[in-house]
Amino acid sequence: MSQIRHIFTKEFKDYFVSPIAYIVISIFLLVTGWFFFTTFFIYDQASLRNFFTLLPIIFSFVIPAITMRLFAEEMSVGSYEILLTLPVTSGDIILGKFFASVAFVAAMLLPTILYPVSISFLGSLDWGPVAGGYIGAILLGAAFSAIGLFASSLTRNQIIAFITGVAICFALTIIDKMLFFFPKYILCFLENLGADFHFKNVSKGILDSRDIIYFLSVVFIGLYCSHMVLQNKK
Amino acid sequence: MIHIEKLTKYYNELCAVDRIDLDINKGEVLGLLGPNGAGKTTTLRVLTGFLKPTSGSIRINGYNIDEHLLQIKGLIGYLPESAPLYYNMLVFDYLNFVADIRGIESNKKLTRIRELSDLCGLNEVMHKSIGELSKGYKQRTGLAHAMMSNPEILVLDEPTSGLDPNQIVEIRKIIKQIGKEKTIIFSTHILSEAEATSDRIVIINQGKIVADGSAQSLKGSGQSESSVNIALKGPDFESVKDLFSADNTIVRIEPDDNGNDDIVRIKLYCRSSSDLMENIYKKIKATDWVLVELHQDTKTLEKIFRELTMEQ
Repeated sequence: MSQIRHIFTKEFKDYFVSPIAYIVISIFLLVTGWFFFTTFFIYDQASLRNFFTLLPIIFSFVIPAITMRLFAEEMSVGSYEILLTLPVTSGDIILGKFFASVAFVAAMLLPTILYPVSISFLGSLDWGPVAGGYIGAILLGAAFSAIGLFASSLTRNQIIAFITGVAICFALTIIDKMLFFFPKYILCFLENLGADFHFKNVSKGILDSRDIIYFLSVVFIGLYCSHMVLQNKK
Repeated sequence: MIHIEKLTKYYNELCAVDRIDLDINKGEVLGLLGPNGAGKTTTLRVLTGFLKPTSGSIRINGYNIDEHLLQIKGLIGYLPESAPLYYNMLVFDYLNFVADIRGIESNKKLTRIRELSDLCGLNEVMHKSIGELSKGYKQRTGLAHAMMSNPEILVLDEPTSGLDPNQIVEIRKIIKQIGKEKTIIFSTHILSEAEATSDRIVIINQGKIVADGSAQSLKGSGQSESSVNIALKGPDFESVKDLFSADNTIVRIEPDDNGNDDIVRIKLYCRSSSDLMENIYKKIKATDWVLVELHQDTKTLEKIFRELTMEQ
């Protein structure tokens, strides 16, 4: 357990040592801020619904950018050899890196707390959906982080890791909007595969165990696949 | 202490290590020699748990590598080839991280880092990022990393490659110093280095062990014929040949490449015997020639290495 903590601390610090963290956070805040506030006054509603509607799409680009270096960089530099020959298991490594990435997503979301706070001065804001939205955002961020981590474990090239991550996250985000292409009998199944579908529920403030189980299973599958890839590389 | 049995490692179809058996005792400094691609690095990587063997077993201090990998990793300090450390970390932060992972208590951490920094000469670069360091300092940081928990076994993959002669001497000094108490396994393709620092030399070629022993015993092995070089002033080649042709310990006499001066250089191939040099000297003494040079060719490690690895 302490090994996971040490790896987590190192990875989390690493984000803020390099300029990547600041670039990604600025881009995230710019994009969400722009898309959210350009329509905010037109709708004339004191709610964050539009902000949360946008999140899955934005996350499917931003989170792979956060996770792409986690394994790919180590493998191209060769430091992976050092890490793996220290007394840690590959499970410690994967979990440490995963939690660092989730913590980074949380750090990235932190400044957006200013949105509901400032909106609450403009009208009566319902805090329930806001809290649900943030819980959902963390769950979604965790799921996409696990996918991004898996993409990063596949290759030593960070760009390939990024594109693979985006492809999987984006597919999960839009799959429930593409349902009209598919035959009727698998519609329900495909709809439940969609990350956006489950995120929508949570961000309305409804904490359904089905949605939480969905996100946790994506996390589990992503991390387990990374584990298998790393074992296979030995 | 380390017991390797029938270790084999395949990369897809390519066989990198082919049924190696090796026993390494406590306190031994073992130099692993071999040409490029012989399987040195692969052997070390399997030993340190970075790679899984295709077949065969490794036992260290009674721990089997398949079941007790974590304990084995705890026993070994490993410096991979060309020290691939985290480039964006400061040396101090990095050593701190390694100390944490190695489970060094936080109140002893600073003293340990200070000790290692003195030993490896890192004091000036403690607050530089690893990416900025020269190759020598990087290697030293790697060495400090490997020695962090004072491990019983140190595995160093080409610890001196790419360093300048001064740095090589320093690293060797460090290796010798720690080698007094620890088991050290290091790979190199510099033969003089293996000769200078190790108690035991193992030469591998194409994934197989082709020689194993101390530098001295390796030199003694091989063919029983030895050669003596002499340089004489006075006679010509034919008369020297006549002088030695009667001696039955001498197998062959060949002229060595002559300079333009009036000195005759000759190479005598003889069966090894203890009073060889004495015989030759006495024979020459009986003539009125001037003996300028007389020395026996010692078989160098280079030569043995070439013989063993060029065959196939």
